[in-house]
Amino acid sequence: MARPTAPADPARRAVVRQGLSVAIATGLYGISFGALGVASGLSIWQTCVTSLLLFSGGSQFALIGVLGGGGGVGAAIAASSLLGVRNTLYGLQLTPTMAPRGLWRIPVAQFTIDESTAVAVAQDAPENRRLGFWVTGVGIYLGWNVMTLVGALVGDAIGDPKQYGLDAAASGAFLALLWPRLRRREPVAVAIVAAVVAAVLVPVVPVGIPVIAAAAVAVVFGLVTRSRTPDGQRPDGTPV
Amino acid sequence: MTVWIAIVGASLIAFALKFAGYTVPPEFLEKPRVSRVTALLPAALLAALVVMQTFTTGANLALDARAAGLAAAAVALLVRAPFIVVVIAAAGTAAALRALGWP
Repeated sequence: MARPTAPADPARRAVVRQGLSVAIATGLYGISFGALGVASGLSIWQTCVTSLLLFSGGSQFALIGVLGGGGGVGAAIAASSLLGVRNTLYGLQLTPTMAPRGLWRIPVAQFTIDESTAVAVAQDAPENRRLGFWVTGVGIYLGWNVMTLVGALVGDAIGDPKQYGLDAAASGAFLALLWPRLRRREPVAVAIVAAVVAAVLVPVVPVGIPVIAAAAVAVVFGLVTRSRTPDGQRPDGTPV
Repeated sequence: MTVWIAIVGASLIAFALKFAGYTVPPEFLEKPRVSRVTALLPAALLAALVVMQTFTTGANLALDARAAGLAAAAVALLVRAPFIVVVIAAAGTAAALRALGWP
């Protein structure tokens, strides 16, 4: 008898492992948000609803940062929203892969964040991209919200996630996702320029803008380099 | 009450921003010129995420244990370690250095 649920394909198992690794490291960070939310003057309930509805780490920390610092509602919403603009870009990037229609666009949109996008776009096959998106997005959603509640309840009792290196875990995961794309000259050039542009802009523009500027690097490269790539290949070397 | 307004307002805008990305017609994204751009976007986005996650604290550049964690991840990738090993190498290196008093 066939076992349809067994992930027979090693490539798919690898995608699931990638998604779960990223989801665990990121989800555990929810404890920071929970603890900081309550410390910023939000109730436990308000802190948890923020993770459930807003669900975008940077935007959430920006929101409670402004509120906790005594800023107004308008300033808090503006800071949070500025950080959310890059999610629009992720949706654009994921549209051909996810191709969500009708009401299905609601969960797909809600799970569109840095990590789910990063794991999805790092895969070559469309079905593996979708798998990576769902495993990472849903995994983080569950972990992030549970750990937000834990953080809001126990505060800093468990300690700062940084002491376990969870922030560096995310750095390593992003690098591991980038790594296989660095086999051809063009994506290497794009990655280097994008990294430099993002780093240079960090101190001088609002948080959230550097990633968008990095995306602009890809736009410029894509438009000026014309189609010098062999037929049947994308500029990064993956088959069309 | 003002806190609730901020939470709900920010959440509505955040969702609208996420949703907006999926309202662009796929035909537009399939144009050769546009698909060249979208093929290069992952390298740019992932590189920027590496920088933001490793070398920034808020609006400041920072060099701390995360950089050592990233270097450990790079070494693991060079020796073709599996994904989970790369992640654990990064976390373990940063955690060990912080236990020794690094920032």
